[in-house]
Amino acid sequence: MVRFENVGLRYGLGPEILRDLSFLIPAHSFQFLTGPSGAGKTSLLRLLFLSLRPTRGLVNLFGQDISLLGKEQIADLRKRIGIVLQDFRLLDHMTTYENVALPFRVMGREESSYRREVIDLLKWVGLGERMDALPPILSGGEKQRAAIARAVISRPQLLLADEPTGSVDPTLGRRLLRLFIELNKSGTAVIIATHDITLMEQYDARRLVLHQGRLHIYE
Amino acid sequence: MSRVDEPRPLVDLGNERPQVPAKARIMSPIVPRASISGRALVAVVAIMTFLASITTGAVLLVSASAAEWQSDVASEITLQVRPLAGRDIERDTAAVVEAVRTEPGIVEVRPFSREESAKLLEPWLGTGLSLDQLPVPRVIIARVQPGTALDLVGLRGRVMKAAPSASVDDHRAWIERMRSMTGATVFAGIGILALVIIATIISVSFATRGAMAANRPIVEVLHFVGAGDAYIANRFLRHFLRLGLEGGVIGGGAAMLAFGFSESIASWFSGTPVGDQFAALLGTFSLRPSGYLVLAIQAVAIAAITAWASRRTLLATLDDID
Repeated sequence: MVRFENVGLRYGLGPEILRDLSFLIPAHSFQFLTGPSGAGKTSLLRLLFLSLRPTRGLVNLFGQDISLLGKEQIADLRKRIGIVLQDFRLLDHMTTYENVALPFRVMGREESSYRREVIDLLKWVGLGERMDALPPILSGGEKQRAAIARAVISRPQLLLADEPTGSVDPTLGRRLLRLFIELNKSGTAVIIATHDITLMEQYDARRLVLHQGRLHIYE
Repeated sequence: MSRVDEPRPLVDLGNERPQVPAKARIMSPIVPRASISGRALVAVVAIMTFLASITTGAVLLVSASAAEWQSDVASEITLQVRPLAGRDIERDTAAVVEAVRTEPGIVEVRPFSREESAKLLEPWLGTGLSLDQLPVPRVIIARVQPGTALDLVGLRGRVMKAAPSASVDDHRAWIERMRSMTGATVFAGIGILALVIIATIISVSFATRGAMAANRPIVEVLHFVGAGDAYIANRFLRHFLRLGLEGGVIGGGAAMLAFGFSESIASWFSGTPVGDQFAALLGTFSLRPSGYLVLAIQAVAIAAITAWASRRTLLATLDDID
């Protein structure tokens, strides 16, 4: 599903922050991406989400060489990827329900066709009572759950999550991990970037460890 | 989709599964209307549309009056019979009248009588003038059938034969001058319109860039959920088309009202030297119904230009945001 070959990344004329990354992310796989702060986890997620282009090497996503893709083709590929960012990126003028339903809206689906799915998922992530609330009045944890719900609602083929349990208590963290596992069982490849050792100990999965710009894989 | 094809639910809530309202939710717009500072843009488009409409209306008025003038002047020729020693001017005038009357295409010939000629000279020479004491030429006006091409060379020859001192003036020089004046007015009008349209495009581009900068987080989130540039541009475009139409209707409507009232305003000045000069040049100052139609089409065109300029800027800006 994802293939990196000798990928390097630098910002401007600075030093290379990701070096010689070569790895495969198979379909239906589950992996944690970890490493110290500043190791380049978020940059690697951005490469995987196609919001950054590598300065060298080959990135192949869903069987396509991304260096050959135009903007509209990248937008089409992104419809197959869900992403949860650390800063949540919710739209403040839309309710929690509308934020979570946004991927369906962009796909042009009728509201009646996804109402049940959105409401069920909001209830699952503990936002059943906050469906009509606007993001500015949600707590950090609630925003995080809304962002996760938005990323998984359209059952993407690849889910990228950057510290998805960083703002929630351990009980809710376990519940969110179960959501990712369920999503993985239904066919989504999942990459969770985290520092949280406790979270990683709860599920036996492949680990991708970034250290000094290089990637070490523990199966 | 049949039940067999339905995917497994993502989450299993068991007995806790909530009721789903049957009524469709009213969804917020993806780009909030309030996030685009539209009032200034509406004012700019309204002012530009007003200026463009006034320019177009003035060009239409001048063109219509000039065409009327041209057709009046072109449907007449003037003949002069100058007094010549040893010749009877009355007899020469009568001979010229006869020669012109038999010319094909001439529908009416009217020689100015001695009294009428004296009246023409009154402003310069005063009343009680006796033409016997002055070598004043006699004027003959001939009306030409509209659309007829006169054989002027032949006519001149026949007139000269009847009276060697006679001359024919078909006002060609005057018509040429009128044509140049009208052309210059239309050219200036088109120049002003072009400037107004360029200024509108620049203003709209600035407003669009401002709106895009203010809504950058929305654009980024739309990119995250897989929206293409065309989808995002269309969400913004609706707002700019509406703002353009609002401005167009206000500016175009104000200009139409101005032309509607201009006839009565012109009547306030009638009798004054300025008013009379304007009336002579531009007629009654009133636009024909087709003129109002042109102004309405122009207002819609400016709204469309607003939307086009906005779309162009949106797509260029979206290239930079990712």
